[in-house]
Amino acid sequence: MPGKLKAKIVAGRHLPVMDRASDLTDAFVEVKFGNTTYKTDVYPKSLNPQWNSEWFKFEVDDEDLQDEPLQITVLDHDTYSANDAIGKVYIDIDPLLCSEAATVISGWLPIYDTIHGIRGEINVLVKVDLFNDLNRFRQSSCGVKFFCTTSIPRCYRAIMVHGFVEELVVNEDPEYQWIDRIRTPRASNEARQRLIFLMSGELQRKIGLKVLEMGGNAVVGYLQCFDLEGESGLVVRAIGTACTLEKISTLPSTATHQSNSSPSKDMKDSPQAAPSTLGCRSTHSSPVHSASSRLSQGFSVSVPTLLFAGMKPRHRSSEAPRARQCRPVFGEEVPGIPLSSGPPTPLRAQTFSSFSPSKSYSRQSSSSDTELSLTPKTVRMFLCPSTPALESISSSLPSTHMPCHLRPGMASRSSTPPPLHVSQSDTAMLRKSVSFSEELLLAASGMGSGGSAGKEAGPLKALLRQQTQSALEQREYPFFTLTSFPSGFLLHVGGVVSARSVKLLDRIHNPDEPETRDAWWEEIRQEIKSHAKALGCHAVVGYSESTSICEEVCILSASGTAAILSSRFMQDGPLDTEHRFEEVVPPGCGFCHIPYDELNIPFPAQLTYCYSCRRSKVPDVLFTTIDLPADANITGKGCLIQARLCRTKKKAQGEGNATAISNLLPFLEYELHTQLMNKLKLRGMNALFGLRIQISVGETMLLGLASATGVYLTALPGPGGIQIAGKTPSDITYEQHISNMQKKINDTIAKNKDLYEINPPEVVEEIIGSPIPEPRQRSRLFRSQSESSDEVSELDLSHGKKDAFVLEIDDTDAVEDIHALLTDSPTPQGFYSCNTEIMPGIQNWTSAIQMFTSVRVFRLNNANLTNQGLNKIFSDLCENLLKSLYFKLRSMVPCCLCHLNFTVAIPEDELIQVAVTAVAMSFDKEQILENGKQSGEKTLTKAITENDEQLQFNLELNPESSHANPLSSPKGLSEVGSHPSARAPSVDYSSFADRCSSWIEQLRLKAHTIRRGSVKTTSSMEKASPLPEGRSRSLRSNRSYSGTSVAVVKMTPLSFIPGAKIIKYLGIINMFFIRETTSLREEGGVSGFLHSFIAEVFAMVRAHVAALGGNAVVSYSMKECVFMENPNKNQAQCLINVSGDAVIFVRESELEAASVQPQSTTHTSNGGEGT
Amino acid sequence: MSVELDVFVGNTTIMDKEVYQLWLNGYTVNDAVKVRIEGGVMEECEASADVLLSDTMDQYRTFQMCERLLHHPAKLANQLLFQIPPDRQAMLIERYYAFDDLFVREVLGKKLSKGTKKDLDDVSAKTGVSLKSCRRQFDNFKRVFKVVEELKGPLVENIRQHFLLPDQLARDYAAIVFFANNRFETGKKKLLYLTFQDFAFCAGQLINHWTLGAVDSMMEDMDVDLDKEFLQDLKDLKILITDKDLLDQHKSLVCTALRGKTSVFNEMEANFKNLSRGLVNIAAKLINAKDVRDFFIDLVEKFIEPCRSDKWTSIDMNLFLTHYTNSAHILDTFKHHAVWTRYMGVIKSCILRMYHD
Repeated sequence: MPGKLKAKIVAGRHLPVMDRASDLTDAFVEVKFGNTTYKTDVYPKSLNPQWNSEWFKFEVDDEDLQDEPLQITVLDHDTYSANDAIGKVYIDIDPLLCSEAATVISGWLPIYDTIHGIRGEINVLVKVDLFNDLNRFRQSSCGVKFFCTTSIPRCYRAIMVHGFVEELVVNEDPEYQWIDRIRTPRASNEARQRLIFLMSGELQRKIGLKVLEMGGNAVVGYLQCFDLEGESGLVVRAIGTACTLEKISTLPSTATHQSNSSPSKDMKDSPQAAPSTLGCRSTHSSPVHSASSRLSQGFSVSVPTLLFAGMKPRHRSSEAPRARQCRPVFGEEVPGIPLSSGPPTPLRAQTFSSFSPSKSYSRQSSSSDTELSLTPKTVRMFLCPSTPALESISSSLPSTHMPCHLRPGMASRSSTPPPLHVSQSDTAMLRKSVSFSEELLLAASGMGSGGSAGKEAGPLKALLRQQTQSALEQREYPFFTLTSFPSGFLLHVGGVVSARSVKLLDRIHNPDEPETRDAWWEEIRQEIKSHAKALGCHAVVGYSESTSICEEVCILSASGTAAILSSRFMQDGPLDTEHRFEEVVPPGCGFCHIPYDELNIPFPAQLTYCYSCRRSKVPDVLFTTIDLPADANITGKGCLIQARLCRTKKKAQGEGNATAISNLLPFLEYELHTQLMNKLKLRGMNALFGLRIQISVGETMLLGLASATGVYLTALPGPGGIQIAGKTPSDITYEQHISNMQKKINDTIAKNKDLYEINPPEVVEEIIGSPIPEPRQRSRLFRSQSESSDEVSELDLSHGKKDAFVLEIDDTDAVEDIHALLTDSPTPQGFYSCNTEIMPGIQNWTSAIQMFTSVRVFRLNNANLTNQGLNKIFSDLCENLLKSLYFKLRSMVPCCLCHLNFTVAIPEDELIQVAVTAVAMSFDKEQILENGKQSGEKTLTKAITENDEQLQFNLELNPESSHANPLSSPKGLSEVGSHPSARAPSVDYSSFADRCSSWIEQLRLKAHTIRRGSVKTTSSMEKASPLPEGRSRSLRSNRSYSGTSVAVVKMTPLSFIPGAKIIKYLGIINMFFIRETTSLREEGGVSGFLHSFIAEVFAMVRAHVAALGGNAVVSYSMKECVFMENPNKNQAQCLINVSGDAVIFVRESELEAASVQPQSTTHTSNGGEGT
Repeated sequence: MSVELDVFVGNTTIMDKEVYQLWLNGYTVNDAVKVRIEGGVMEECEASADVLLSDTMDQYRTFQMCERLLHHPAKLANQLLFQIPPDRQAMLIERYYAFDDLFVREVLGKKLSKGTKKDLDDVSAKTGVSLKSCRRQFDNFKRVFKVVEELKGPLVENIRQHFLLPDQLARDYAAIVFFANNRFETGKKKLLYLTFQDFAFCAGQLINHWTLGAVDSMMEDMDVDLDKEFLQDLKDLKILITDKDLLDQHKSLVCTALRGKTSVFNEMEANFKNLSRGLVNIAAKLINAKDVRDFFIDLVEKFIEPCRSDKWTSIDMNLFLTHYTNSAHILDTFKHHAVWTRYMGVIKSCILRMYHD
């Protein structure tokens, strides 16, 4: 019995009138957890009941604690008929399961009803007594901390970054169950809300388990998404980056205090470590305990005797069976895989029992581990007929590696989708981790680790191989969802990698085995990885995944930035062998230096010597999905750059539709890139950060929206201008027209340079005039790939070094394009905008922040629109939205709109929906405030990592050897170049693997389920508005009004709050709400309906944060906003999913005053409204 | 081609004071946009008419959603739906409960009933205040009235606490409630020269001195009604005019005191008995509810108008009333000093306030 959940219902206020006769309510509360329900007494005739209940106690498994929400239902007692529900509150108790997060939930929480919205508030107290379970077989992962923040959270330091974790769970969507025909909309909505709560709890728990297996204690950059697949089900999936984090104490004194005198608290930090105070230690296996407590104390200290990453193999070997357990059926389903060590349980037992006394076992277990990972490969071979070449690999492993064999296999895979049949993939026993390890091997050899190993002799070679292998295997995918990094972690950035695939949805037959969805994502991830490899990179950072669903077609997208990372944070170990290999990278420009071999550039690019250090080569433009590194040298300021595109498409069904979409995708992406490139040049900039491309699919069109923040990186060469060339130079007026346009463009560039203060130091040509072997084709990079595109420019090579980007006008389309280029209106005076965390070039933020969400839906009444017409409409829509935002926020000038996150969707035919969430932050124009906290944190991180040595072979050792392989570049090129034509014909029934994505770019697309059709009817509809209190005025109501006022909760999509220090993370906020109405007109039409719903969602987020004792939400995002309407029936429905990290912050000014016990001080200031 | 839905929600609710005022004043969205365009906000912020329209709609929606909270301002402070900084909340409330003097002058003393509400379009036409705004103001009066009607304790304090209004506004509302409750006649032609502030001042005097709460704030009854006992006692003052000796004595005392000090001495001397009768009769009749209603008209007819026709200045008036009040205490046979002071104190300040053109 590992946990006791206690809940107390204190009071209610502002309840709606439920009894018309008395204008009052006889309210009582049901408290439900799992299958246990308690009730309070009825508090008669009051809109402000004081229940003051006893403590309701639930004794439950910690697994349930993680999965289930506490469900509080407020009802109106009715003697004669059924009790009427007033509304519900779901409380996620996960934050209470981690000692470092919140300790109690206490406060006023809005009572929410899916039909009426918020109906009063309820004051509750919730606590958890957790007895930590040392049972290794447990299914819970209590205590793993989750962060939405895509960087190392502010009050922690990373001891180790373990890598990518992912999981998905599927279920039937209650909205589509047969029972939905007979139940009320309210019941259906509530079933859905509850299911999603359960699923995300389960998902989080499973991810947590994976993290524990990797030896981590936290997930950073946790991104959870829903795919509402309609008939075929509901998918909740999440990705994140597993880390081992250690809390940085704000004050050294408290730090020592914590670590010394309250060990139990610290140990709880590492989830497996049992608080010794509870006495669990004796009852459970002590070796495990000691091992894990060692974990908790940090990797930097221990294991001097470990030869090579003793931890790794342990994780690995325990991981395989454990991963099975997440999907319990697996083990049985794959009898063919001879898990060398037998059934999971003994294996684990063996591993752990041997663990504690000495490290000697590790080598042994790592070898068994090798077997583990190798054997399944053969299985995969059978299942993947499209990659016959791979079979030979597996047979010849591990002694040799054959990149030459691999390459064709890979190439064929990427250019033609594997003809996996539905049925086949359904029955396929392709398990994720199994194939992962295979791919990792591929990666290893592709990266050339094998190559280097090959040169060395005998045992050392084997050793290195094993090391690399296990290091890689530990990270199934070398992906990181982080977008900013501790300094020194990010060495080089290659460019954006992305992959997309169009799939036909089929019903998920067995929710316990979501293997089709898994396989889909696996495919995409593999592709991402191979793209990264082609760029000479071993890792992908700023990684994200998304979907867009329309009817039964689903586009899966993944994107990230290929990069080379320092191994410092990735492994622990006592030896410093690694450091010899690690290059010393200049901080300001190092990340721009190309990671790939300049003789074998994976795509045509123009390289020059770095303008900062002059030592290494840099590309002419750099696209990334990450935030601008804090120490990067930039010139001037940045700005938001958006490419917008609309493409019509014929209505089609099933696979024809999927084919059509996958045929369109390459063109869409190509044009988006052209636009981005043009706009970047128009602003005189040379790099994009935070690039995010969404493609949204509708019945009759595809929408593409690429957003990024452009900057001028000092290390990169200045961009050339844009030159326009006409095709028919004979005509004089035409010439004039062209020159006019040219002039306009030049003016704009000059103006922009002025606006963004871009005035790079002039560079003497001779210095950079280094021999660059490549043909100068760089402007072909994005333009030349699609022969069918009409406006491909013929490149004029005579433009010299700073060659201009040539736009050729040969038809009206091109003219339109150029016009479109120039129509982007500049931001008004005093405004800046970006979609990254902060605006490059602005530091002196004031504390004034304003987070907002804006949604617009645009109806295209005219069905017969050309692509150009649609483009213009879409572009205007976005531009106008931005203008509105500037106007709204004009009082904050000078200010910057940060993290402008656009989400586009096509809710139904002829509707375009754009949603923006961002934060406006004022800054001080004159005064440059010293912002010390970042640097302070960094130095701390550095200091810690100094001790972190590694003994294992690391990925980044090998880029040069990998590219010595002549086959790598053809492969890369073939991917880059041949897509549109190559993949079109091979369309398969279930999987339209679309490989259009090989431009070096990022893709991230919000999953939007668009279900056409009507919203359900509701027969009974009470008027929504809470009635005026009328007679209820009394002493009682007086009392409840007086005194308490609502604590202010700040919200921001950023990971920090300017001018303040985050002193505590209280846990993740992940909420899903459905709102439905059958009286749309009465609620102010669609705008009124959505306006109040969004306001309600904000209110509920704030209330839950306040109840946790927090005063802000950071890394807030609205991940889903699905809006459906049926004005004719006066109905509308909306689903919103939001997430973020609840935190306590203190103003930096207060911090000095409040010093010694920051936690207690803030607790009093925030939790004041308790009872 | 149309924008079907357009919504902006900030974590801190953004409210433009100017738009709020336009909304309160009952402008339609389109009219408000026109006003804003004329106001030059577009040039200031490089915005287009579309942007302005979208912003205005959005704000109007926000205000509409806030409106039900504003009906119970205390709720605004502890509701969770909108995060509004306290100073903004105060602004919202203050402006929502603010009213046009012109409008309130029209309904002052009228019964706050549905019937009156129906006539608001006439009031709107007469005052130039939009009907929407009239309705809001009227509903505010009615709401405040209903809430404080049965509450114990000081009226102004009750209003301030329940509606979180600033002091002056709370006093004005107290006056409105007081007038509505006692149904004072304010609409007669002779009273038209009086502003709302004049009445509000008088109401304040009456509330502070003539209600039950003025004597004992812990009493069961409330500030809204006049002290019945006091009104009863006022009848005793009649002796000042019914007893001929007393009247003469009073007159001579006042005349002695004022001789040479005022330019209208003769007129005063000639009129003394009439004036005194007027004031004392008003006092004596106040026990009847109907005469309470006519209190102000009586004051004007019986006292202010005669004086005005004699061209008294305010200084004359002040002098006279001071000595008139004080002299009564010297009269041997006059015993009702407390009642007299309580009565005349209010009468004096009311008349002084009302004595203007």
